[in-house]
Formats: sequence, structure tokens, C-alpha cells
Amino acid sequence: MRARIIQPAVSFEYVMWIFTRISGIAMILLALLGLAGALIMGARLQMDLATLMRWTFFPNPNHVVNSNIPDVSIGWATAYWQIIQMVTIFFAASHAYNGLRVVLEDFIGSSLLRPLVRGLIFLLWLFSIIMAVYVILAS
Amino acid sequence: MGLSRRVGFFQGLRYQGRGPMIHWMLHRISGLAILLFVGLHVTASFFMQQTGSDLATTLNTVYESWMFQIVVAFVVLFHALNGLRIALLDFWPEFHNHVDERRAMWLQWSIFIPIYSLTVYFLIVVGLGGG
Repeated sequence: MRARIIQPAVSFEYVMWIFTRISGIAMILLALLGLAGALIMGARLQMDLATLMRWTFFPNPNHVVNSNIPDVSIGWATAYWQIIQMVTIFFAASHAYNGLRVVLEDFIGSSLLRPLVRGLIFLLWLFSIIMAVYVILAS
Repeated sequence: MGLSRRVGFFQGLRYQGRGPMIHWMLHRISGLAILLFVGLHVTASFFMQQTGSDLATTLNTVYESWMFQIVVAFVVLFHALNGLRIALLDFWPEFHNHVDERRAMWLQWSIFIPIYSLTVYFLIVVGLGGG
């Protein structure tokens, strides 16, 4: 008997499953990009390891204020870094709030509570990204 | 009859999952911890920038202390490396066998321990030396 060819369903859960893996790897790569950029811009002489690690975690000029960088606005507080920060924030917030959703749904199960929790998480996600963009632009 | 999904929380903790289960638990806990930390840090920074709030400044001062950073470094580094292992295992499922899973865990910790030790060393030295 020939088996039916079954098209796998593309659902919200499936897309988020893939997105979680991709965004996690992307964040690691973005951090390494930040690290490489900092070293190219002279971080070896201008900051200590703790400052460099703060920059690697998130390349924000506020993270390198206690360093020997003469002027943060040249090279460190540019649009290039702001764009990298915004991309990182988008991946991070989506990755994190999806993780929260997975953990909560493990305890909630299918009931009326699930769409309510999903809605709350969606709002938190939206507000987090908007707030983070403000912080980036005002740094 | 048979298997039921209605398992209590502490009943579930008695499952003898050993290493893999501890990694799974730590991954969840670290993920939620990062969400809490980063979420509060961004919120505090927002209010510091927009209103100069004292509560926000205090919160960020706690976050920037070297003792807190030691915990943050562990949590972030563990979550990233464990997540990388999980993602790679998910994209290449042929590595889901007893041999390669053990190798993957060994690899994860052999990367984690040097980087984290260096981090803690510098955090303590700089922290005790006056920041």
C-alpha cells in the first residue's frame, strides 16, 4: 500500500520553535560581531576585560563609560552600533518572551487562560521593545 | 488508565533524569532569570534616562555591582552554550545518540569553564580592587 504524502502543518508553534533556535544562534553571532568590532576599534588599549564583556553582551555606549575611551561619540555611539543593538533587542525580546510563553503553557494547558496569557505576553513584548528602542536612542 | 499528564510539581522533581534533566531545568531557570534581569535593567535605564528616578538608579547600581555580575555571567554563559548545544542537536538530529550527546555536553562544559573562570577572576580582582 502506498503511503499518503502528508503536508506538515506550518503553525505558530512550529515557526516559533524554528525562530527560537535561529534567534539564539543569531544573538551569539551578533555578540561576537560586537566583540570583533570593539577590538578593531582599539578596545585592547582602551578598556578592561569587564568593560569589554559588557560591550560584548550589549554594545551600548553606557556600558563603556568607565574606560579609557577619549570620546565615546566617535565610533562607539554611532548609527551602526545602534542598529546592531536594535536587531539584538528584537531577537532577544522575541526569544525571551517566547520562552516565557513555552514555560507558562507547560503549566497552564488548554483552557481559556491560554489566549489571555498569550495576549499579556504579546503586550509585554511590544512594550519591552519600544522601551528598549528609546533607551538605545537616548544613550 | 496508564500514563497521565497530571503529575504534581514535586512529584515531577523525583524523576531520575540526572544530567540531561538538570541541564533542561537550569536552561529554563536561567532563561527566566535573564528575562527578569534584562527586563528590569532596561526598564530602570528607561526611567533613569527619562525621569532620573532614584529607584531606577538604585536598581541599576545593584545590577552593576561585581557580585551580581558573577551570577549574571554564569546564567548568561550557561544559557547561551546550552542553547547552542540544543539548537545544533535539533538541526542535526543524527547526533541524538548516546555517544554524541555525551560528547556535546563535554564540549559545552570545556568551553564554559575556562571562559567563566576567567570572567570570575577578573570580576573579583577588579571588584576587590575598588572597581
